[in-house]
Amino acid sequence: MAAKSSLVNMAVCLTAVCLVCAAILGVTYAVTKEPIDNAALAEAQASIAKVLPQGEAISEEKSADVEGILGYYVQTAADGSVSAYAVKTVTGGFGGPVTLMVGVLPDGTVYNTSVLSHAETPGLGAKCTEENSHFREQWKGFKGKLAVTKDGGDIDAITASTITSRAYTKAVAQAVALVAGFSGEETDAASGASVNNKEEQDNG
Amino acid sequence: MANKLSIITKGLLKENPTFVLVLGMCPTLATTTSAMNGLEMGLATMFVLILSNIVISLIAPVVPDKVHIPVYIVVIATFVTVLQLLMQAFTPDVYKTLGLFIPLIVVNCIILGRAEAFANKNSVWDSALDGIGIGLGFTLSLTVIGIVREILGSGAVFGFKFISGDGILAFVMAPGAFLVLGYLMVLFNKIAKK
Repeated sequence: MAAKSSLVNMAVCLTAVCLVCAAILGVTYAVTKEPIDNAALAEAQASIAKVLPQGEAISEEKSADVEGILGYYVQTAADGSVSAYAVKTVTGGFGGPVTLMVGVLPDGTVYNTSVLSHAETPGLGAKCTEENSHFREQWKGFKGKLAVTKDGGDIDAITASTITSRAYTKAVAQAVALVAGFSGEETDAASGASVNNKEEQDNG
Repeated sequence: MANKLSIITKGLLKENPTFVLVLGMCPTLATTTSAMNGLEMGLATMFVLILSNIVISLIAPVVPDKVHIPVYIVVIATFVTVLQLLMQAFTPDVYKTLGLFIPLIVVNCIILGRAEAFANKNSVWDSALDGIGIGLGFTLSLTVIGIVREILGSGAVFGFKFISGDGILAFVMAPGAFLVLGYLMVLFNKIAKK
């Protein structure tokens, strides 16, 4: 079966195999890069549309220098006022980072949520991706204590997946906290600090 | 011809990777939480197994004995990475649920085991058939375990729920995997011995 080993033929053989494999991987990477990027982009857009009220202008992605916030989008109504925010937020779950898109209305109400990426256990924590499940439905229009019931909050955890549910809840709480910060600024602006208001528009 | 066919059927019965050879237990226990997950994991493994069997049977005669394991692992890892990229690009939903376990196919003993035990001393054609047979055996075993665990654990088959509410949760978790695997192994060997 196998050839006799010598230093030369071992080195030559390993090098050749690695070169060929590297070439195959390089080609595959090049071929799949575009579909992978497209799939990720389409998913991001779909998830924004899913978590926000329909049919109004959505801004480009903006960054916020807050831990756990990857970026956010502002949705403006026809009259120019802010109608909702879509916040991309991340926390540590059971098997790795859990990244969510959270739609939040300016008053801090959660409009809807969706999962962008996760590494939770299939069949357990991964259930957080199931649309129409009780866990996901309870987020729609949620305004209450952002913690799972075990921790004294108003969120029913996924059975046997408390860690995932906590991570999910924490991610939503981060998004709500970010929006609460914005709304605070706006209220100040409305009550007379016009400089603040202008800055906000420049940012937008 | 009967000989060629027996290469495939032995993967299903006499050398069933899960119930007889008891190889590749990590993905077997971890991904069979539902029938669909089991089926997809089985197919992913079969893809890698067939291709690595073919390539290894081709290169085996020229690979020096002392470096054959590293060479085989590089070949297997290449196919696994190709599979991972393809899944990310074209079946992102499947990748989302199984993503964690795809890179682990590299260290699945079935694949290196078949390379060592079969592909490096048989013809390309036979090795491909062996890959199909063992791959089918693995896929079917995982699907059956997945079906049983999904029925008991979630009250559903392939995602279609037939009871409301939750099933016996233990079966979706690790202990249920061991229990179901154990009982199915007993059943399989009892039937296969006859």
